[in-house]
Amino acid sequence: MSEEKKVAIKKIQATGLMRKLMADYFYELDKASKEGSPKVAWCTSVGPAELLLSLGFLVYYPENHGAMLGATRAANNYIPVANAIGYSPDICSYLTSDVGAFIKKETPLSLAYKGIEGVPKPDVLVYNTNQCRDVQEWFSWYSKELKVPAMGISTYRNIGKIENYHLESIVSQMKDMIPALEEISGQKFDIDKLRHFLSLSYECTQLWKKILETNTAAPAPMSFFDATIHMGPAVVLRGNPQAVGYYKVLLKELEDRVANKEGAVEGERFRLYWEGMPIWGKLRALAEFFISLKTAVIASTYCNSWVFESFDPEDPFMSMARAYTEIFIVRDENFKEKYIEKVVNKYKLDGILFHDAKTCPNNSNNRYGMPERLEKKLNIPALTINGDLNDMRCYSEEQAKTNIEAFIEQLEAR
Amino acid sequence: MNYFVGIDVGASTTKAVIIDEKKEIFGYSVVNSGADFKAAAEEAFKKSRESAKRKASNKYSVLATGYGRRNVSFANQTKTEISCHAQGSFFHFPHAHTLIDIGGQDSKIIKVNDSGKRIGFKMNRKCAAGTGAFLEEIANRLRVKIGELNELAKKAERNIQIGSYCTVFTATELLTKIREGIDVKELIKGIFDSVVKRALEMDPLDGNIVMTGGVVAYNPFLVKMFEEKLDREIFVPPLPQLTGAIGAALYASEAKGDQNA
Repeated sequence: MSEEKKVAIKKIQATGLMRKLMADYFYELDKASKEGSPKVAWCTSVGPAELLLSLGFLVYYPENHGAMLGATRAANNYIPVANAIGYSPDICSYLTSDVGAFIKKETPLSLAYKGIEGVPKPDVLVYNTNQCRDVQEWFSWYSKELKVPAMGISTYRNIGKIENYHLESIVSQMKDMIPALEEISGQKFDIDKLRHFLSLSYECTQLWKKILETNTAAPAPMSFFDATIHMGPAVVLRGNPQAVGYYKVLLKELEDRVANKEGAVEGERFRLYWEGMPIWGKLRALAEFFISLKTAVIASTYCNSWVFESFDPEDPFMSMARAYTEIFIVRDENFKEKYIEKVVNKYKLDGILFHDAKTCPNNSNNRYGMPERLEKKLNIPALTINGDLNDMRCYSEEQAKTNIEAFIEQLEAR
Repeated sequence: MNYFVGIDVGASTTKAVIIDEKKEIFGYSVVNSGADFKAAAEEAFKKSRESAKRKASNKYSVLATGYGRRNVSFANQTKTEISCHAQGSFFHFPHAHTLIDIGGQDSKIIKVNDSGKRIGFKMNRKCAAGTGAFLEEIANRLRVKIGELNELAKKAERNIQIGSYCTVFTATELLTKIREGIDVKELIKGIFDSVVKRALEMDPLDGNIVMTGGVVAYNPFLVKMFEEKLDREIFVPPLPQLTGAIGAALYASEAKGDQNA
């Protein structure tokens, strides 16, 4: 009784296909980087990727690289390197681990993909501050270091109702970037190409949404921890037909699991929401821990952040502006609470876990009293776990596990 | 006769409590946890049997709790210290209340309702400020024995304010106060006040308050300071350091699971 039980995470069969897609994606970027063509744009995760694709760029996402540094537990080798050049341990640990790895000329890509020596060299850096200001600082560092132009969109933040002036500002900032981007890529902007990539992104997003919604079934077929891995194509390959193909395969597998009442967690007793960033270095440990507690973490803000329902090829710029603005992270507390409430009801959840990520204030929604308000409103308990997306110095595993276990004991006694 | 044992392997000390079917406490012990939780648990169990004058050959159901709960090889089951503290506290005070437990490494605020169900809890952040470890560190810096803190704080003639909540910053702040010639008694009372403030930051602390934990057991003056700050009586069980172990023993008695000879 006293030993922690060993449990196994159920394998998603489509994983092999995803790995191949991701490998193809990184090799294609590596080739372009080495050959100088096509041009490579670095883009923030909810930046104007579709616009860049339409101009012929291959798009690389440093946030994805940040997540890889976290998931491979390499981040803490690099964060101190960035700290030492003046980037505080209190700012985004994606930024600090990514910059630190670049300074040390190391990347998990070389370990995962033979022949890739480094991250693809950018021809342009394009950000959108809808995530945070850190992405702008991050790209600004690379811009100076690599002497590559950085440009981007500055958005409104903490928005309740989305007004036209919010969107018009983004539309005009996107349009203003086009001449410079045309010059770098050597291709003229073609609105029909943009419509094409938006259609593909929209299709990808719709499939990803359906995949997440398979978890409304009990038992839920996919854990949050699985979803953070399988969202890879939705992040880096949106606008790409391979992502659409992949999600059709994954959706079918999960629908089969639902039909067979096969849950990600054997004997699912409780269903939880994960609010905030993943703790990348502890994905497996947490996934196994929740399985041992027969608790399924099945809905999240994070994985839903790559659902862009407003993309509309008929109205490309305005719909992109809307899609990039209506995501959770850009919205005010009132919107966020209603959003979580809807998900809790839809997925019939028993509790909410808030991850207070030390270096990611914009994704740490426990800090303005939200857990307490939601507990009262929804009559379910909430728990805050202190940690970080990448900086494991900010995470106490023993304390987190005790808190989670105590939370489950509280649910058991309800 | 069946006996039920709660073993609470905490960061600083390991506590063991033996109860019978009537929930009467027969024996208990407190030993240092040290660097070997398994050995500490065995020692605490042995000493609690000795204090209960019960032989090892009796039947015991053991439930382990605390940071080292998974190291207790002879335990039949485990439960978190949060549940066990709530259970132990409700055993002494069977009404809705908020429990403040100040342990060696962490502080907990736990809310139980009128039927003894836990309805919420909070633990201090990773920082050790406001915990036993904080007091140990400061006592060490002031060259005062940990056991003397309570009496010294009691004798302080005035209050001083410590502004920092980081243990390291507090130590630096103390250096300034020492330079200003402030008496050690007042420094210690200031440190106690800092512990009170850390708890007040964690929760509004409405309703009935119970306090437990080793820090409370050895520093009753701290409870008095809490009472002054909250302007109400605070309830403290007879063996505050053993609350988690008592809760664990009570859970063991409810489970009536496997028994170890």
